[in-house]
Amino acid sequence: MEFLLQPLNVLTFFPILGVVILLFLKEQQNLSRWVALGTSLVTFGISLWVLGLFNASNPGLQLDFEYNWIQAAGWTIKYAMGIDGLSILLVLLTTFLTPIAILSTWHSVEERVRDFMVFFLLLEVGMLGVFLAQDLFLFYIFWEFTLVPMYFLIGIWGGAQRMYAAIKFFLYTMAGSILMLLAILWLGINQGSFHLPTLLELGNIPAQEQFWLFLAFAAAFAIKVPMWPLHSWLPDAHVQAPTAGSVILAGVLLKLGTYGFLRFNLQLFPQAAVQLAPAMATLAVIGIVYGAIVSYSQKDVKKLVAYSSISHLGFVMLGLFALNAQGIEGAILQMVNHGISTGALFLIVGFIYERRHTRELSEFGGLWSIMPVYAVLTLIVSLSSMGLPGLNGFVGEFTILLGAWGAGQNGALGSIWFTVFAALGVILAAVYMLYMFQKMFLGPVTVKANEALKDLTWRELAVMIPLLILIFWIGLYPKPFFALMHPAVEQLVAMLQAGAIQ
Amino acid sequence: MDFFSSADLITALPLVFLTGWACILLLVAAFAGERQGLLPALSLAGLLATAYLLVSQMGVEAEGFGGMFVTDGFSTFINIVLVLGGVLSIALSYDYLKRMNIAKPEYYVLMLFSMSGMMLMASAADLIVVFLALELLSIPLYVLAAIARPDARSEEAGLKYFLLGAFASGFLVYGIALVYGAAGTTLLSGVVAAATAGLEYPLYMVLGAGLILVGLGFKVAAVPFHMWTPDVYDGSPTSVTAFMAVGAKAAGFAALLRILVAAFPSISEQITPVLYTMCVATLIIGNLLAISQSNVKRMLAYSSISHAGFILMAVVAYGNDAARFDVVSSALFYLLSFTFASFGSWAVVMAVEKGLGRGLEFKDYAGLFRRSPGLAIAMLVFMLSFAGVPPTLGFAGKFYLFRAVLEGGFLWLAIIGVVASLISAYYYLRLVVVMFMQEGEPEVHRESALMVTAGLTAVATVLLFIFSAPLLNWASQALLRIF
Repeated sequence: MEFLLQPLNVLTFFPILGVVILLFLKEQQNLSRWVALGTSLVTFGISLWVLGLFNASNPGLQLDFEYNWIQAAGWTIKYAMGIDGLSILLVLLTTFLTPIAILSTWHSVEERVRDFMVFFLLLEVGMLGVFLAQDLFLFYIFWEFTLVPMYFLIGIWGGAQRMYAAIKFFLYTMAGSILMLLAILWLGINQGSFHLPTLLELGNIPAQEQFWLFLAFAAAFAIKVPMWPLHSWLPDAHVQAPTAGSVILAGVLLKLGTYGFLRFNLQLFPQAAVQLAPAMATLAVIGIVYGAIVSYSQKDVKKLVAYSSISHLGFVMLGLFALNAQGIEGAILQMVNHGISTGALFLIVGFIYERRHTRELSEFGGLWSIMPVYAVLTLIVSLSSMGLPGLNGFVGEFTILLGAWGAGQNGALGSIWFTVFAALGVILAAVYMLYMFQKMFLGPVTVKANEALKDLTWRELAVMIPLLILIFWIGLYPKPFFALMHPAVEQLVAMLQAGAIQ
Repeated sequence: MDFFSSADLITALPLVFLTGWACILLLVAAFAGERQGLLPALSLAGLLATAYLLVSQMGVEAEGFGGMFVTDGFSTFINIVLVLGGVLSIALSYDYLKRMNIAKPEYYVLMLFSMSGMMLMASAADLIVVFLALELLSIPLYVLAAIARPDARSEEAGLKYFLLGAFASGFLVYGIALVYGAAGTTLLSGVVAAATAGLEYPLYMVLGAGLILVGLGFKVAAVPFHMWTPDVYDGSPTSVTAFMAVGAKAAGFAALLRILVAAFPSISEQITPVLYTMCVATLIIGNLLAISQSNVKRMLAYSSISHAGFILMAVVAYGNDAARFDVVSSALFYLLSFTFASFGSWAVVMAVEKGLGRGLEFKDYAGLFRRSPGLAIAMLVFMLSFAGVPPTLGFAGKFYLFRAVLEGGFLWLAIIGVVASLISAYYYLRLVVVMFMQEGEPEVHRESALMVTAGLTAVATVLLFIFSAPLLNWASQALLRIF
C-alpha cells in the first residue's frame, strides 16, 4: 500500500486505471474518448500536485523512494524513482500534451477508438516512467516499453506506409537501446549497482571505459533524438503516424533521447562528456543546418515539420554539450518549447488534413481569407517555432546560443564556430517556416476545393489555446521555468567540472 | 552381487516412477479401445505425481548407481521444466489430435517414454548413460514425428529425423569411445580425476569431447547440425513439434552443460573456440534464415535454432571459473523463459491451423486481432518475449544471459548476440504486423485447452518477469554437482 501511495507511483500508474476501465468497454466510441480524456486530465492534475510538493530550491532528487525489487544471483535491482529539476518540466510536458493529443483525435480516429486510447494511455505510463526511473534496469524497461504502444499507434492508425514505418521505428530504436543494455550490464558487473544515485556516489569509472560506455548510451539516445545521421526513421514515423501520435512523438518521445543524454551521459560519464563534447556539438550543428535545408525542400507539410524537428533538436543537443549552466538550462527549456511548438504544428497540419485529406503544399494557397482564425494561430505557432523574440522559442534558442558561445570561448566546445553555424540555423528556420506559411496562407486561392473550408471548431480551439498560452508565457516570463531547473543544473555543472579536472 | 540398492532407486524415484507408469500405460493403451480420454488423463496424472516427487526432491543432492546417476539442484530444475513441458504438451494434444483425426492411444505412451529419456539426460553422470538417455528420448520422438501416417510430410519428418538422429548418435558414441580411450572410464567423475592426474593421450580427450559436442549439437539444433529442424518441425503434427522444441532442447542442453562443466573443465581452452564458432554460426544463420520464412511453423523452427544459439552463448563461458555459476543458472533461466513462450506460441499456431499442414502461412494470421483479440495479444506477448523486449520473461532471460557472457569476458559475443536479437525482432514483429495491422478473416479453433494454455503462459510470461526474483533465485541455487 505504501508502495502504491508514493506520489510518483500514483502519477506514473494512474493511466493504467483508465486502461482497465477501457478494457471493460466494447465499441462505445464516445465513452472511450471521454474515459481516456478524463484519465489523462486527472493525471495532469496529479502532476500539478507533484509540482506542488516539489521544492524548487533543492537541487537533489525529491519524492524519491526505493524498494528492493529483484534480489537474486548476487544482484540487487531496485525499484527506485525520483524527480528533480532536470525532469520535472518534462514530466509536466508529458501530462500536459497527452490530454491535448487525445482531444485532438476526437474525430480523426473513428476506428477501434477504444484500442487507440488504451495504447495512448499505456504510452503515457511508459514516458512518465522513463523520466522518473532512478534505476538503470527500471529505466530500460520503461524505455523499451514505450516502443510497443507507439509501434501500434503508427502501425494500426497510420497512413498508407504505416506498417513499414512502424517496424522501422521499432527496429531503429531497439538497435540503439540494446547497445545501451550491454553498457548497463557492464555497470552492473563492474560497479555492482544499477541504482543511479549509488552509481553517482561511487563515481570513478576509468576514463577509457567511460568513453565506450558513453558511446553505448549515446547510441540509444542519439537514435531517439534523432541526431544526424541517425535520423532516417523520423520522417517515416512522423508522416505515417496519426496526428495525435505525431504530437506525442515530437512532443515527448524525442525528448526521451535528449533527457537520456542529460540524465545518464552527462552525469555518469563526465570525463567522456567533456572529451566528446566537440564531436557531439559538431553532429548537433550539422543536424541544425541539415534539418533546416531539408525542411525547406519538402512539398508535404507534415514532412516539413518533421524535418524541422531534427533542426530544433540539434539546438537542444548543442545546448546540452555546451556543458555550462546556460547551455543546459536553455536545452531543457528548448525541449519543452519544441514539445509545445512542434506539437502545435502537427495539430495544425492535422486540422487541415482532416478537412482536405492532403498535405501537399501545392494544394493550398490563400487560406488566410478562408480560415482567418486558423491562419492567425498558424502564424503565431510558426513564429514561435522560428524563435521570434517574445515567444517561447526565442528564449530557449537564445539561451542555448549564449551557452554555446561561452563554451566556445573558454569551455568544453573550444570554438565559437558552433555558435555561428547554429545561428545560421535560426535564420534558415525563418526561411522554411515563412515559406510554408506563405505557400499555405498568402496569395490568391488557387484550388477550388479550398474555398468551402470551415474555420476551426470550438474543440479545435480548445486544443490549441493551452498551447498558445504557454507559448506566450514562456516567451514573456520564463523565470518560473528556469527557477524550477536552476539548482539542479548548477549541481550538474559543478559535477561536470569536477569530473573534467580528474 | 548387488547391482543397485533401494537407496539408488529412491535417488532416481521420479524417473523410475515415470518409466514404470509409462510401461503400465502401454498395457492400458492396448485395452483402452474407444475410451480416448483415458490415456491423456492417466498420463497427466502420472506427470503430476512425477512433479510431486520432483518437488519433494528439491534441495536433495545425491548420487546413485555407482555414481552414474546424479540428483542435484540442476537436474531437479531441468526435470521440473520438462514435466511442465510434458503437461502442456498433453494438454495441447488431446483436442488437436481429434481435430486432425490422428488420435492414437500410443501417442501419450510414447511421449512419456521420451520424457523418461529426457529426465535421464538431466541426471546422467556417465557418458554411457547419456547415450542411453539420448536414445530413449529420441526413438519415441522419431515415431511421434511420423504419427500422422499416412500423411507424407509427417512420414518424411519421421524418417529424416531418424536418419540424421542415428547419424548423430554415431558421433556421440565414437566421442564417448575416444574419451574412454583417454581416461579409461566413462564416469564423469572418473574423467575429471583422470584429467587432473594427467593424461597420456590428451588429444583423444579433446577429439572425443568434440564428437560428443556434435552429437548433442544435433539434438539442440545448433548450426551446422540444424538442417533437419525446419523440415521435422514443419512436417510433424504441431503438438509433437511443441513437445520436441522444448523437451529435446532442454534435455540436450542439460547433458551438454553437465558434461562440459563437470567433466571437461580442463580442456576448456580447446573446446571454447569450437563452442564460440558454433554459437555465432547458430545465432547468425538461425536468425537470417528465419527472416525469409513465410510459414509460421518454419519461422518458429528457425527461431528455435536461434534460441539454441542464445543458450550456447552462456555455455561458451563455461571455462571461466568466476562465471561458471552464472553460466548454469542463466542458461536454466533462459530455458524456462523459452519454455513458456514456446508452448504459448505453439498453442496459438494450433488454434489457427486449419488441417494438417494447412493454415500456417503468415497471411492466415491476418486480422487475428479483430477475430480473436485474446489469442493475438497472447501471441504478441510471446513474440516480445522471444525478441527480448520488456516487460516479458524473455527480456529477463536475455538480461541474465548477457550478464554471464560479459562476466566470462566475451564482449564481442555479447555484441553479436545483441545484433542477433535485433534481427530476430524483425521477423517476430512481422507476425505482429500481420496479426494486428492487416485485414483478414482467419479461421480460429477456440478449443479450451489451447485458449487456456495460451492465456496462462502469456500471463506467466509477464507476471513472472515482474516477480522474477524467486525464479531466478531458484535457478541460481540449482547447483550442478562438481566432482
